[in-house]
Amino acid sequence: MNWLKAILRSLSGSARDLAFIVLVISFFQLVILRQPFPDLGKALVGLVLVLLGLAMFVRGLDLGLFPLGEGMAQAFARKGSLGWLLAFAFALGFGTTAAEPALIVIAEEASEVAAGAGAILDTEEARERYALGLRLSVALAVGVGIVVGVWRILTGWPIHLMIAVGYLLVVVMTVLAPEEIIGIAYDSGGITTSTITVPLVTALGVGLASSLEGRNPVSDGFGLIAFASLTPMIFVMLYGMLI
Amino acid sequence: MDLVAEFLEVLVETIRDVLPIAAVLVTFQLFVLRRPLANPRRLVLGFGYVLLGLVLFLMGLEQAVFPVGKAMAAQFTAPGFLGVDHTAAGHSVDPAAYVWLYAFSFAIGFSTTMAEPSLIAVTLKAKELSAGAIGAWGLRVAVALGVAIGITLGVYRIVIGVPLQYFIMTGYVVVIVQTMFAPKLIVPLAYDSGGVTTSTITVPLVAGLGLGLAESIPGRSPLIDGFGLIAFASLFPMITVMGYAQASEWRAARKRSPDATSDPATPEESPS
Repeated sequence: MNWLKAILRSLSGSARDLAFIVLVISFFQLVILRQPFPDLGKALVGLVLVLLGLAMFVRGLDLGLFPLGEGMAQAFARKGSLGWLLAFAFALGFGTTAAEPALIVIAEEASEVAAGAGAILDTEEARERYALGLRLSVALAVGVGIVVGVWRILTGWPIHLMIAVGYLLVVVMTVLAPEEIIGIAYDSGGITTSTITVPLVTALGVGLASSLEGRNPVSDGFGLIAFASLTPMIFVMLYGMLI
Repeated sequence: MDLVAEFLEVLVETIRDVLPIAAVLVTFQLFVLRRPLANPRRLVLGFGYVLLGLVLFLMGLEQAVFPVGKAMAAQFTAPGFLGVDHTAAGHSVDPAAYVWLYAFSFAIGFSTTMAEPSLIAVTLKAKELSAGAIGAWGLRVAVALGVAIGITLGVYRIVIGVPLQYFIMTGYVVVIVQTMFAPKLIVPLAYDSGGVTTSTITVPLVAGLGLGLAESIPGRSPLIDGFGLIAFASLFPMITVMGYAQASEWRAARKRSPDATSDPATPEESPS
């Protein structure tokens, strides 16, 4: 009965997360808008699915992926082979982003919007290819971002200078990229880093900083996510220029 | 029957999505680190949960969260609710008429961020690593305020229709200027807080809100104006977190020496 208890605990965590959203929406719906909610039944079924799904997802991560990933992050941080460490950092960023649920949903929505506005062909195939292209660009970008971040931890380069250079690149790309990709590109930075990516990447950074001498886990261990949120903007705008 | 067919379809897609990560992790573990998998049964079980959870979650998002964001956007911008007449007044609705929309955006940004599990974990870690110099609660409030302000401003941008990049570029300048003055210890954490906050549920909800607004406000296009809210939500926490650090540093300096104004020594820099 242990697994049941664990699922229930995870369920209550997700429920708390959702409860705030439901509370705020109901308040505005009942007190301010005073309108019947459209498709209430469908929304409720969906909400239950979201709740169950998130609980199982998080429980599964705790069981399998997190212990494995954290152990590996620490092992690679200690092992000292630079090439493998960077390869692992890239694979971690790419792999976790490719499976990020929020990114899957947003890429699909973006392809529908783009098809609706005539930016791409409105066929199932064209939309799927566009969504996949978006996701791969973001995943590639996060992989590169994590590698850059790991490199910074190793070399101790100042983070603010590197981020400032990144911003400069974003500015340059914004001028060059087509207008319709800018919104989704800017958003992609925030989308990428959620449920799976953050804990694993933070484990890698903090593990790395604590295994190196003369590094402070706070000022050197954090900062990986910052790079992982910056590079997708650049890569997605590049993708927008290429298609 | 429809639900079952959808379930199977999403399941196949999800397996395709999740399998590469599993393959990568297992390959690295077995062939590079050359270590056996510590607990293969648990690992397989965990992946089963992840798969099934992801499928249910994606189905639910499609059915509930996205449409809710869009429906709320449509309701808040409906001429009947605003008490104005779109058709008669041409294309211009006074941005001030959307005051409830702004209030909703602020509330949803603040409340979802305060409840965000990965943020709670990060703030506790930051407190532990900084030996208490960075308060977990204060940090959480700072981040939540940042997200709330960000989303509200982003919604305002969609209403007035100014290009996204002007706002974001200005934000970058503020971040860079703040970086020069903020306590050094907080800088990487502040940069990270931007990405951490936007969780798996918040992202689709906020994206749905933005797309819905761009569809229902006259003169906006979903393609150009619909996205961008998440960018705002990731940018502003950096500003508020550094602001929080600067404020607490200033307060600590004043408390310690009431007459000294140029005191750079801070509790953050004391040995930990």
